[in-house]
Amino acid sequence: MTGAPDAALALRVEDLSVSVGGRRVLAQVSFTLAPGELCGLIGANGSGNTTLLRSLLGFVAPSGGTIRLGGDGARRLGYLPQKVSVDPFMPLRARDVVALGLDGHRLGLPLPSRQRRARVDAALAAVSAEAFADRRIGTLSGGQQQRVFIAHALVRRPQLLLLDEPLASLDPSSATEIATLLRRISRDTGIAVLMSAHEINTLVPVMDRVIYLAGGRAAAGPVAEVIRSDVLSRLYGHHIDVLDVHGRILVVPAPGAGHDHTHVTRVP
Amino acid sequence: MLGLLPVGFLDSAPVQHALVIGGFAAVVAALVGVPTLLRGQAFVTDALAHVSSAGGALAPLIGINALGGFVLMSLAAALGLEAAPPRQRAERDLQTGAVFGAGLGVAALFLYLDVTLPGGSGNAVGVLFGSVFLLGASDILPAALAGGAALALLALYLRPMLLASLDPDLAAVQGVRLRRVGLAHLAALTLAIGLAAMTVGAVLSTALLVAPAAAALVLTDRPARALMLAAGLGLAGMWGGILMAWQSYVWTAGHAWPASFCIVAVLIGLNLAATLGRGLWRLGRRGAA
Repeated sequence: MTGAPDAALALRVEDLSVSVGGRRVLAQVSFTLAPGELCGLIGANGSGNTTLLRSLLGFVAPSGGTIRLGGDGARRLGYLPQKVSVDPFMPLRARDVVALGLDGHRLGLPLPSRQRRARVDAALAAVSAEAFADRRIGTLSGGQQQRVFIAHALVRRPQLLLLDEPLASLDPSSATEIATLLRRISRDTGIAVLMSAHEINTLVPVMDRVIYLAGGRAAAGPVAEVIRSDVLSRLYGHHIDVLDVHGRILVVPAPGAGHDHTHVTRVP
Repeated sequence: MLGLLPVGFLDSAPVQHALVIGGFAAVVAALVGVPTLLRGQAFVTDALAHVSSAGGALAPLIGINALGGFVLMSLAAALGLEAAPPRQRAERDLQTGAVFGAGLGVAALFLYLDVTLPGGSGNAVGVLFGSVFLLGASDILPAALAGGAALALLALYLRPMLLASLDPDLAAVQGVRLRRVGLAHLAALTLAIGLAAMTVGAVLSTALLVAPAAAALVLTDRPARALMLAAGLGLAGMWGGILMAWQSYVWTAGHAWPASFCIVAVLIGLNLAATLGRGLWRLGRRGAA
């Protein structure tokens, strides 16, 4: 499904439809992503976030539509799964995890090289993980592990970084830190970042674009053009209010609409 | 150092063969044990090891080296497991249990035949619990071939194995073929089980794979060190056990203890010492801080 490279864009998805176990999860989803852009993928549980990411990764075959990766045509993707449950006895330091991101797919024993070490150090520095680079991965906090796995994904210099709910298990201040970190990485390196989240507000200050998923369909574009009452009402098929409460966005269904997507938002 | 050894120990041909073949088998088993534990396959190891006893019993009846018998039967069981890759961990345990049971049923038959048929070894206890002093010069070449192949597979697939045990999806994104890595691991595992079974028997071979690797994972946080430590502990257990078995002849006034008991006793002793030492060191560090 990966077609010819599209030089100006990091990713072009057109009319993507995906069925899982006979159930249509995504229907004709289209969006584009430019290099250096950070895009939030917002949707309630079961609305297709993970399925969209897994089809971009090639783990799930689409039933229709196209996925084109930009750049030089090489499939260089960085990925952060929703939950990496690290065995506490895994004999890997943070820097070993990052090194596996660089060449863990290679056969044979690794030869220590200055260049290899420099790239691992640079990736660790990019996520400010130098302080715990030599500690066992299983002993790090959730936020620290998240940084290490972002470095693991970055070290091969991907054109596109996909993150599945990277903020979900973090406390609010760590979540803001990680979101800001991803913003800086995408700006500095030109890597396009697509990250899913239940909750829109942490991402509002950092994202260039948003993809809003509901009922398998998507609205995509700049935040101001997508998170609007008329656009979301069309997406959901009934009236949706978008409220701005002291700078925080609330997405609220009309009374009696019967949909349970109010939890997409959170009142601080 | 060598002067401390009992008189005649190193001059005995059975001891020499036991030290060389047993030492090599222990190193291979310990090294393969590290990725095996990281992949969460201690139970699979135990099942394949037990099932391999059927092959060890069959080997003399069909005229092949015991090592070949152990490897063939555990490989057959491994392929049985691999034929239907499980989707969930619980399902894998279920399949492993089924293969375990079926394999032991076959083992009951072959062990019976091995003892009752002419041409059989008549030594069921040896198949199950080993007899390292019965190894001879003719066992060196098969052991070297099996061990060499296991080490080559391990060296080749070490990084993909580590990455896949960290997270299979991360490995897949980097283009790792998980099925191939799994097969390479199972092949190395069956070879290591065969080697270990040749020295301490099919039932105890799990100890050579699991105990040194488990201690190493407690002691270090680096993959290369974990492998070296596991190999060192495995070798120390094997050689220490052989020496203990030799000395037990003196201690028990001529009865002697089985070598396999001594080897496993030293291995478990080393394991306990490692765990205790690690705990004390941590306590000490906390006290100092």
